[in-house]
Amino acid sequence: MLKHLKHWLKSFSLWELLKGMSVTLRYFFAPKVTIQYPEQKTPKSPRFRGLHALRRYENGEERCIACKLCEAVCPALAITIDSEEREDGTRRTTRYDIDLFKCVYCGLCEEACPVDSIVLTRIDDFFMDKRGDQVITKQELLTLGDKYETQIASDRAEDAKYR
Amino acid sequence: MVEIEINGKKIEAAQGSMIIEVADQHDVRIPRFCYHKKLSVAANCRMCLVEVGDVRKPLPACATPITQGMKVFTRSKLALDAQRAVMEFLLINHPLDCPVCDQGGECELQDLAMGYGRDVSRFNLGKRAVSDHDVGPLIETEMTRCIHCTRCVRFGKEIAGLHELGVMNRGEHLEISTLVGRAITSELSGNMIDVCPVGALTSKPYRFSARAWELTQRPGIAAHDGVGSYIYAHTIHNEVKRIVPRECEALNETWVSDRDRFSYEGLYHKDRVLTPKIKRNGHWEEVNWSDALAFAAERLRAVSDTQGADALGALASPNSSCEEFYLFQKLMRGLGSAHIDHRLRQHDFSDENQFAAYPHSGVTLTELAKADVILLLGSIVRKEQPIVAHRIRMASLTGATVLVVNPLDDTFQFNVASKQIVPGGDLLLGIAKIAKALVAGSEKIKPSAAIAEFLKDITVDDTAQQQANYLKDAKQAVIFLGALALNHPQAAAIRGMADFIAQHTQTTLGLLCEGANSAGAYLMGAVPHRLPGGQNSTKQGESTQAMVLSEKINAMILLGLEAEYDLAYAHRAQKALKNMQTVIALTAYQTPHLLNYAEVILPITPSAEMAGTFVNMQGDTLAFSALTSPQGQSRPAWKILRVLANLLAIEGFDYQTLEDVQQEIAPHLTTAKPTQRWSFAAPQLELAERLRIAPVPIYAQDPLVRRATALQHTPDAAFGGVRINSAEAQALGLAQALEVLVRQQECEVRLPLVIDEHIPNGAVYLASGIPETRDLDGAYEAIYLEQVVDNHA
Repeated sequence: MLKHLKHWLKSFSLWELLKGMSVTLRYFFAPKVTIQYPEQKTPKSPRFRGLHALRRYENGEERCIACKLCEAVCPALAITIDSEEREDGTRRTTRYDIDLFKCVYCGLCEEACPVDSIVLTRIDDFFMDKRGDQVITKQELLTLGDKYETQIASDRAEDAKYR
Repeated sequence: MVEIEINGKKIEAAQGSMIIEVADQHDVRIPRFCYHKKLSVAANCRMCLVEVGDVRKPLPACATPITQGMKVFTRSKLALDAQRAVMEFLLINHPLDCPVCDQGGECELQDLAMGYGRDVSRFNLGKRAVSDHDVGPLIETEMTRCIHCTRCVRFGKEIAGLHELGVMNRGEHLEISTLVGRAITSELSGNMIDVCPVGALTSKPYRFSARAWELTQRPGIAAHDGVGSYIYAHTIHNEVKRIVPRECEALNETWVSDRDRFSYEGLYHKDRVLTPKIKRNGHWEEVNWSDALAFAAERLRAVSDTQGADALGALASPNSSCEEFYLFQKLMRGLGSAHIDHRLRQHDFSDENQFAAYPHSGVTLTELAKADVILLLGSIVRKEQPIVAHRIRMASLTGATVLVVNPLDDTFQFNVASKQIVPGGDLLLGIAKIAKALVAGSEKIKPSAAIAEFLKDITVDDTAQQQANYLKDAKQAVIFLGALALNHPQAAAIRGMADFIAQHTQTTLGLLCEGANSAGAYLMGAVPHRLPGGQNSTKQGESTQAMVLSEKINAMILLGLEAEYDLAYAHRAQKALKNMQTVIALTAYQTPHLLNYAEVILPITPSAEMAGTFVNMQGDTLAFSALTSPQGQSRPAWKILRVLANLLAIEGFDYQTLEDVQQEIAPHLTTAKPTQRWSFAAPQLELAERLRIAPVPIYAQDPLVRRATALQHTPDAAFGGVRINSAEAQALGLAQALEVLVRQQECEVRLPLVIDEHIPNGAVYLASGIPETRDLDGAYEAIYLEQVVDNHA
């Protein structure tokens, strides 16, 4: 009997509606989380796994030594490497291709790299407008590395204490 | 037999064997670096320490012989602690450069470090660094990685027979090194790469080009000598990256010669021809297969219609497969010509009908170990058949006496008890002296009239007498006829005389034929006088020499050979081919010379890119499959021959697969050991006053190896010049000359002169099969040396 009465009162006082509207009202005054992308961007973790890059040492020498561990560990078989002996007798890649469509951005290549050469950067907004452009080459990867080196280095430094 | 216990398991094993041998036989894995089953025990790495029964200290399993009731624990705490400690010591100085090391992924040290190594080093002092040595074009050194197991040193000393690597200094300064500035020259040197458990010795041609885990391993057969070594090819992206030995106790054991190991580089040489080509109005055009084959068929028809089938000739490389030989001879005989041969460098064919079904080495390589006397007749065996040379060395180490009768004095990697260096290349004289000594020493030996007549004027010297005595007393002797004897202008008489000796002593006579498949060529009928299966042919064809020099042949098909290098009379051969109406070359490589004399080029695959069968010199049938698929439009020769036969409307060429061909040739591959007998007849040909001795250098044997870049940079591939001894030089007025004008027939070439006391009188050493001598003639013919008259000087 009491249950029926309660239901009757709630129905006529539009209680459910008010309850719903109160949520709306609360969010009306709450601080806004929507951002104006791409002018504004959300903050990212230093561990963010976005577009790849190949790094260099400070003296400009490429880090990659063509050990092919990233190629071996890659679960999506996205990396293709050819290697040979460079003129100075060091082991170097002649080709370092990553197929961005195959890549699952798991970051295992970065984990496997013994010289911190291949890294995943914070870049997540990239596109290609031609078929075939999804395969990025060694030169492109090195250019990315050069461009974002400061960010890459500070991200690694920040994460270093947890490794 | 002794009963021991390994890890609680009772095992019976032969007395005197070491713990590690027994453990290996029963799949108990004991870690090791310095132990290698084919090398002597050094026990210097200490990695194989195990706990033995009541002994308080751990013992090295490789150097501890088993005793009755011995209890071995390979995984007990004592053993594991010892192994761990050894590992820690080894890793003190070993660099952590696995990512750039070519051994990475297949490294014994790396594997064991995974099991025994700590992830943190307790050693925080400076690591040792050792400077590297340039030891030649085949082996790359990185001596800092060396863990001093001395496997390479022991390999050089015990297997290769050349003590080229040694241990220098002591303690912290200990290092493995060659003598100052020396390269490693052994023709088995590549095996040091395999025995090295770490990345200190790695392959130079392979360097940094792939990693062990991405390679596919395919079994194959090496196609350069009569052994047919078992190999594995490691391939990636349809490309052979390296060759390693495949264990075969009966043939190559765990070794493989450098020629077999590094020749793969030739597969990717720029000379590879990958599209069919024809010459029209003097210009070469690339055409498709059907046009090229139609053109070739049409040209062959044109010659055979106008001049009869006897104007067609065919030459095949002795490295071709049985299937190729079979189809080749079937094609030629189908056209009505019996002119087919594979004996490219031989001169004397007068006893060809006396040959057995196929040329056999007389003894198998395993039987060779039992021989007590081995006579090498006209053979620089190290360079001709490196694996046979190794087996001879093994026999010699276990007590066999090695005798040599050679036209030039070469070094051997085993002790030679008696060496007869015959002047003027007269091998027949050398072997006849031995025969005479035998005849004189025994009344029971009754020589035939021809032999008695020939021996009449021969005087025996001490060396020959000594060699005869060895042979007479031998229980099981072997005479090997090498390339210098087989290619000799008096080869038939040499065989006859050797056979006479063999018959009257306990001796087996064997031939060390050139090429991978000489035996197969005989069995398949790729000789002018035999049909498949070794039956005599009713229609006798011409031999190589007659075909090239007689001017009767007007259309020639070449299979896998280069006339300027593979024929003994390079100059005349090229001229003869140029004068022919048509030359159809089934070849994997094109050269300016080939483009000059050929009219059609049909690109074939080397044996690495096709399946087939070889028969080696001891009669084993060795089937192999393709290591990679054919490059470009090149195709296995059997397919080309099949279609060519179809176009020429020859019956019986309806093969769909290689298996169809193999089914047809199977009855002819009866490779029971044949009885080889030759009767002696006095040689028809007198030797020239000054004879050219022209062995083919080890790395000039066939088109593939001639294009293996690294091998071509070895000392063995360097041009040795024209070699005569100082007395000869004096007589010719060439004592001061650096260069000499070499004349043979109508050709003249200026070449560097080298005074070499290893060359006897009356002989001139000048290699064949190399660019420097491709315009010369007659490998074993008269040669004239003249002073260079320089008009400009």
